[in-house]
Amino acid sequence: MENTQQIVERVAELSRLSFSEHEKNIFEVQFGKILHYIQTIENYDLAAVEPLTHIVTNQSSQRDDVPAECLTVDEALANAPKRNETFFKVPKVLQK
Amino acid sequence: MKGLYATAVLRKFALLCHAKGRIFYEFTSKFTMIENYEAIIGLEVHAQLLTATKAFCRCSTSYSLSPNAHTCPVCLGLPGALPVLNSKVVDYAVKMGLATHCSIREYSVFSRKNYFYADLPKGYQISQYEDPICHHGYIDIEVGEESATKRIGITRIHMEEDSGKSIHDVDIDTLVDLNRSGVPLIEIVSGPDMRTAREAYQYLNQIRQIVMYLGICDGNLEEGSLRCDANISVRKKGATEFGTKIEIKNLNSFRNVEKAIEYEIKRQVEAVESGQILMQETRMWDAGTHQTKSMRSKEFAHDYRYFPEPDLAGVSVSEAMIAQIRQSMPELPLARKQRFVSEYGLPWYDAGILTETQSLGTYFEQCCQSLGEQTKERYKLVSNWIMTEVLRYLSEKGIGIEQFPVSPSHIAELVELFAAELISSKIAKDIFPDVIGGESPKSVVERKGLLQISDESIILAVVEKILAEQFENVAKYREGKKNLFGHFVSSTLKELGGKANPRIVTKLLQERLQ
Ligand SMILES: [Zn+2]
Repeated sequence: MENTQQIVERVAELSRLSFSEHEKNIFEVQFGKILHYIQTIENYDLAAVEPLTHIVTNQSSQRDDVPAECLTVDEALANAPKRNETFFKVPKVLQK
Repeated sequence: MKGLYATAVLRKFALLCHAKGRIFYEFTSKFTMIENYEAIIGLEVHAQLLTATKAFCRCSTSYSLSPNAHTCPVCLGLPGALPVLNSKVVDYAVKMGLATHCSIREYSVFSRKNYFYADLPKGYQISQYEDPICHHGYIDIEVGEESATKRIGITRIHMEEDSGKSIHDVDIDTLVDLNRSGVPLIEIVSGPDMRTAREAYQYLNQIRQIVMYLGICDGNLEEGSLRCDANISVRKKGATEFGTKIEIKNLNSFRNVEKAIEYEIKRQVEAVESGQILMQETRMWDAGTHQTKSMRSKEFAHDYRYFPEPDLAGVSVSEAMIAQIRQSMPELPLARKQRFVSEYGLPWYDAGILTETQSLGTYFEQCCQSLGEQTKERYKLVSNWIMTEVLRYLSEKGIGIEQFPVSPSHIAELVELFAAELISSKIAKDIFPDVIGGESPKSVVERKGLLQISDESIILAVVEKILAEQFENVAKYREGKKNLFGHFVSSTLKELGGKANPRIVTKLLQERLQ
């Protein structure tokens, strides 16, 4: 089993985020608390309990397949740090 | 068996040729090597659903020239936006499930598939992981000659959303268009049941025909509405354990599917034979160099950390809903092909062409229903006429049968005119442009006076006239120049303006020349 520090580093890597040692230490404490809480639940015998995916038991409401107004292109791009014509522009995605 | 026999023959031949050089021997030994292995192939097919709106928001899915013209807070992944499921996505997934003999889950949930990429604005794709909506089905595919089929398992079908599109080669940076973000897909996962590239091709073709018949996807591989990845491993024949599974991506045409799988099987067999240990990896088919290439192996690539999507409650499918969808199902392509053979007596080949699209098969059936005389001979004539003249016209004009201007009853009328020998098949072809123009075949024939002359006394008079005129040729013919017969036929036909019944002309000429 990975220790908490390894878990923090792994999640950071999967999220494409990098943290300083100081930040990692803070997250380690926070992650530790959450994992400890889950650990507590795992100590109970829950074999007979159905997994609960949602608090609401009724099925999700669905809608008809009818289009509505979209945002304008300028609204959609309003928060984009960079744009090219009407594209979002992001740092070059690494390609081999 | 055939393969084994071929190997034995080649091996023998190779030994004989040994003195002549080693090249042939090497070729044979490679051939033998491949023959000792079998490939295990499974396909994952993504089909873009033909809904008007996206899966979880009401943005249009229609094509837009302008990037980012069809977006909203949901498909842009803006904080606080909540997805609402499009009911048609469920309908279409169930439809596909029923068409592929799947069990339909009464209750299934969506999950988040987490990964970070610029064209996935939320940082996760809404998909289904455990307990997909459809599972454990099968389809039959065509294998080998004629009507032989093989059953291929369908492991699961689940609903998910598409990502946006990244463009890497226009700007120095990467450009992102989110028009496609959130467009609904179903992923259809086959069992590891295919053994050859040909079977994989047939499977994909069958899936494509089914989604098109159901009207849930346009089936276009080149434009990406249908996408295919393959999982391939090889093992020695007779072995029960699977070899290392390798995933091939970027199979964006039917030709590529077959070529890439063939290449990959050969590559894996050669690697195993030379003692290499294959690593599980993802490879990309390069259609330019005709090779599969390893994609940079990402150590954590498959750590998606799925968990149930908290923003969407589960999806229930009632028995009543399944029954209703079942009722709306069309006859499926393979069943229809088999019926065309049994009901209309068509050759397997004809039935395949006529059922390639649903609308062409329907057109054929409408023509047949319009026939006065319902016989298998007439059905075959209708089939011939559609497969040659009609399909030629459609491909010349680049249109589908839906846009074909001739009514089925006019095609039936045309077929009956020449079946009853009222016109020759040549005349039938000649008047086709007028029929396309909207005139009925009978009316064209009457207006232009093209009724075929089958009256023996009229034809006989002309035959005698021709033979009298060409008495020198007749003498030569009697001396043995039998190939002059064709000349007599064509002279007679010409004299009668091409309208004489060729069968009767031939018969009368034979009688006179005996
Ligand atoms: Zn949207």
